[in-house]
Amino acid sequence: MIVAQQKPVSEIAQMISDCKKVLFLGCAGCVTVCLAGGEKETDVLASAIRIKRTLESNPLEATTFTCTRQCDPEYIVGIDNLVKDVDAIVSLACGVGVQYLAERFKDKWVVPALDTKFIGGSVVHGLWEEKCGLCGECILHRTGGICPIIRCSKSILNGPCGGSQHGKCEVDKDVDCAWQLIYDRMRALGKLDKLMEIQPIKDWSKSRDGGPRKAIREDVMIDE
Amino acid sequence: MPEFEPKIVAFCCRYCAYTAADLAGSMRLQYSPNIRVVEMPCSGTIEHGLILSTFEKGVDGVYIAGCNLGDCHFLKGNVRAIKRVAAVKKILDEIGLGGERLEFFHVPASEGTKFAQVANEMTERIRQLGPSPLNKNAAGNAQKEGGQTA
Ligand code: SF4
Ligand code: SF4
Repeated sequence: MIVAQQKPVSEIAQMISDCKKVLFLGCAGCVTVCLAGGEKETDVLASAIRIKRTLESNPLEATTFTCTRQCDPEYIVGIDNLVKDVDAIVSLACGVGVQYLAERFKDKWVVPALDTKFIGGSVVHGLWEEKCGLCGECILHRTGGICPIIRCSKSILNGPCGGSQHGKCEVDKDVDCAWQLIYDRMRALGKLDKLMEIQPIKDWSKSRDGGPRKAIREDVMIDE
Repeated sequence: MPEFEPKIVAFCCRYCAYTAADLAGSMRLQYSPNIRVVEMPCSGTIEHGLILSTFEKGVDGVYIAGCNLGDCHFLKGNVRAIKRVAAVKKILDEIGLGGERLEFFHVPASEGTKFAQVANEMTERIRQLGPSPLNKNAAGNAQKEGGQTA
């Protein structure tokens, strides 16, 4: 999932300080699962900013709603009537949702309540960890299911580097050396020979180096 | 001017503080009439949003009363409530209402006196703090709404 975290309340309040009527829009997708922008978080944020504004004698009319997803146009067409009268939309989705809203509601001030952090998963309730660097051409089959792009601090493809110490990465003693993990797992699987195979240079144009990316499946596209 | 009488909502776990309130009654203990008790299935059912919306309605103080550590009927509900209260205190500080208007107390079912003591202690604390700026019925705030500064 996409993992995001809420910005400080005061920072969000500042973005809408001159607005009188605001829609706080949550997203029932990834940000609900990572407890950053679901229905509960949306209500809490709206409530907090409403109180703050009342205390500042600058009352705010805040409404809340949570879309199924903000990253699919189908789910934001339905909120037209909620958006009509507001001065701004505070989106509690990832950066994708914020942009979809800004595209659809051209005359509205749309601001992000979250910092979109990474693609990852939960370790325990309340803790999330980055796991994929979205490189565009997955190589996990060559690295024992451990991603060196994002879990190795240097994203090297032929580690470990000289900074690997007792299984930990030189950047932080609490960070596991991804290449140590890869080596250990490949050895346990009896597949160390796979690590010896010479690999072609990674094509970074499939990652961000190639500019903004698109994914297409023509067979499911609906012709008008 | 009459002394400010705060309105305080006490979210009380059914298995401890709520039972302790009954006991306090049976013991004919006097305690602050300022508190309004809301029975909860467990202190751990308290949510950030519920605390904030209670303050939005204009109450001057809120507390959550749960079992002693290790005694929760649902094992860890009270531990979770304590963490949530700490998180909401931070929000209250950040938005300027003040985290000291919110508290968590341990009130075992067998301690009617502790229930009364907590009710009195919280009432005294909130009385010292004065009315919540969101309490429209408090004398000072009514004046402020009329354009005067306190
Ligand atoms: S190799 Fe690329 S696609 Fe696969 S997990 Fe790592 S960054 Fe993600
Ligand atoms: S120590 Fe390991 S994880 Fe850290 S940079 Fe070197 S190879 Fe990558």
